[in-house]
Amino acid sequence: MADTYYIAAFIAVTTLATFATRVIPFLFFERHTEHPLVKHLGRYLPAAVMALLATIFLQRSADWSTPTLGLDALVPGALVVVIHLWRRNALLSIAAGTAAYMVIQQTGWL
Amino acid sequence: MQQLAFRLTLPILFGYIPLGMAFGVLFSTQLDYAWWIAPLMGVFVYAGAGQILAVSLLAANAGLLEVFVAMFVLNARHLFYGLSLLGQFRGAGWRKAYLIFGLTDETYSLLTSRPRGRDRQHEQQLDFRISALNQFYWVIGCGIGALLGETVAFDSTGIEFALVALFIVLTIEQLKALGDSVPVWIGALAAAAAMMLLPHAHQLIGAIVIVTLALLVQYYRARQNELAEAPSNHG
Repeated sequence: MADTYYIAAFIAVTTLATFATRVIPFLFFERHTEHPLVKHLGRYLPAAVMALLATIFLQRSADWSTPTLGLDALVPGALVVVIHLWRRNALLSIAAGTAAYMVIQQTGWL
Repeated sequence: MQQLAFRLTLPILFGYIPLGMAFGVLFSTQLDYAWWIAPLMGVFVYAGAGQILAVSLLAANAGLLEVFVAMFVLNARHLFYGLSLLGQFRGAGWRKAYLIFGLTDETYSLLTSRPRGRDRQHEQQLDFRISALNQFYWVIGCGIGALLGETVAFDSTGIEFALVALFIVLTIEQLKALGDSVPVWIGALAAAAAMMLLPHAHQLIGAIVIVTLALLVQYYRARQNELAEAPSNHG
């Protein structure tokens, strides 16, 4: 019974904390949508955040010890870039990169 | 529209099912709670890294205040996401609360990168479908993982790279849409700096703070240049 109470309270608290991080900008900046600074961030932040997420998660997907030196993720990552610049088909680029990564991880190439 | 939403979210499907399953397996092997609590957390909490942290907090029977602080800090990067969606979500009515609730890294990435037409209401409906589909994949993943527990026979090892590939593709798309590589360099360099200077758990939020500061500096410098070029108008 105590367990049921704890898990319910736990889920309520984690839900609230996560939602708070997502809703706060809408509560405090809603009236400033037209402010040039908010527009500036709105225009450039997504590109910067995307590059940041790509960099951090690419680094975390790789094995940096010798002799791999990160190539197990860098090669599939480069493949995504090349295929995307060539065909500009998001699904194709993602499927090709993911397949390459899976083959490398499962067979232990590199 | 349903078909378009499905096509746009397909990479998330391949990322969220295995990641949700990883959480579910962790949940049912580390804890004694009923399996369905795992998808329930997917429904209410809906945060990848957050739920994985939650497993260790539950295992430690952590105090609720500590739980709140830990979750808030871990998800603090989302504080910055809303800033670029204020206008886009404006006037979305009852859908708005859910759009905000559903702002994971991946949903944010899709919603800020996809091409948008003039019809605001239509675009917001599509945003809503994208958000809901993404959460649906996540909840299904959490449920399958928790039900199967350790018996799950994986050889989908590495399939979660779909999310990394998605971020790479979206970076290229952002670059093409903006026609300006400066923000991409700011993001990549901020990530590199954060990874060198900060412990694993603080790298994402650290990098996002650096990015925001750099964009602020860029903004104020651009403004100063504007003022310097047109000084006599106020005289």
